[in-house]
Amino acid sequence: MSTVKQEREPLFSAKNRKLLTNPLNIDNPITVQVLGICSALAVTAKIKPAFVMALSVIVVTTFANLIISVMRNGIPPRIRIIVQLVVIASLVILVDQVLKAFVYDVSKQLSVFVGLIITNCIIMGRLEAFAMGNKPWPSILDGVGNGLGYGVILLIVAFVRELFGSGTIWGFHVIPEAFYEIGYKNNGFMILPPMALIIVGIIIWIQRSRNPELIEEN
Amino acid sequence: MYSNAYIFRYAGLMVILVAAILSSAAMLLKPMQERNEAVDKMQSILSAAGIQNVTADNAIELFNDYVVNMVVIDENGNVSDEFKGAGKENSEAFKVNLKEQLYNKSVNRGYKLPLYVLEKDGETINIIPLRGVGLWGPVWGNIALKSDFNTVVGVTFGHKSETPGLGAEIETPKFEEQFPGKKIFSEEGDFVSIGVIKGGVENFPANVQRHNVDAISGGTITSNGVNDMLKYVLESYVPYIQKRG
Repeated sequence: MSTVKQEREPLFSAKNRKLLTNPLNIDNPITVQVLGICSALAVTAKIKPAFVMALSVIVVTTFANLIISVMRNGIPPRIRIIVQLVVIASLVILVDQVLKAFVYDVSKQLSVFVGLIITNCIIMGRLEAFAMGNKPWPSILDGVGNGLGYGVILLIVAFVRELFGSGTIWGFHVIPEAFYEIGYKNNGFMILPPMALIIVGIIIWIQRSRNPELIEEN
Repeated sequence: MYSNAYIFRYAGLMVILVAAILSSAAMLLKPMQERNEAVDKMQSILSAAGIQNVTADNAIELFNDYVVNMVVIDENGNVSDEFKGAGKENSEAFKVNLKEQLYNKSVNRGYKLPLYVLEKDGETINIIPLRGVGLWGPVWGNIALKSDFNTVVGVTFGHKSETPGLGAEIETPKFEEQFPGKKIFSEEGDFVSIGVIKGGVENFPANVQRHNVDAISGGTITSNGVNDMLKYVLESYVPYIQKRG
């Protein structure tokens, strides 16, 4: 019998910090794993809904990771995907109900997109790839990290789209009237989903050119 | 390693647990959600009448101040219910399910539609709630008419999921500000409704300008939806308006 006592890992060890920071950069769910694209296109015409969406996804990834990680040893492998989906779907319904009760105008804007969190592949991807095989605390960090990584990209895209598409930031006009008088016009194309795809593409391009390790060899 | 019995027990227990959690959350939050929906409806009604600075906090109070009568009208133009007291958010007219009633109308069944009568600066304003279909989902709104039931005072529109920048423009002031002053009856007194048309309303003769507003470029199907919604809902009130004389 081995008597080696495992040393207790500090809460924010280097390994755990990586779980939190990697998704923000070299393991970003949108720009590197290329998951969750459809919601990134749909809710980023304005910053406010993008922010609420990011927040909701952070809550859902964190709690889904935690719950699945706690349950991981009892989940029968043959129905694990179903169990994961039930957990995600219930969390999303809870988020939706809470939004409707407390921030009605935001929930009105997000409308169908909240329900679409269920189909956000990032969440199920993290459950399957991480929470099923790791302890609760690292799973929470992984959930927060991936939620943040998703949220950061969402906010960058929404910032660009709202600024050039509507001339506002968080609903406030920032482009001075004088600009409009000399012929400046809001770019209607910015408001349409294809522009979000192009912006995500540009972000991926910038990120890869700064980070050679992300470039695949083929 | 897991027996089938275990899997069934596991799944069964999980489903029951989840159902219990979700239904209790829904029950707990329901009163707040219903209040939010009612407040939202009041804000939309008040802003159609041109009442400014309505917030979620004072909507119920302002609504009870301004609204003098909540009327329900049937398909023959008869008044079937009136409510003038306090607590108008509990009146029958406020609770009419417009979607259901307009469906009844489309299959030639009897229907009951609400009419909100407001008094602002000594003038009577009649508000008719609207509901129709856009491109991706429902569109709705409120139209405010003067006491003659002919001249438009103001409108508000809303939508569930029209395209931002295109169809969604129906809820911008730019579109809504075209409506005040338009008439829903012709000079001869025939019902015309308000049309949403292409080609620039100012290029048309006066009798067209009287009843039409500009559509949204790139939002044709939503514009048509608004056009049809106005016509379909407003014509349901014509028997009532004609009975009033």
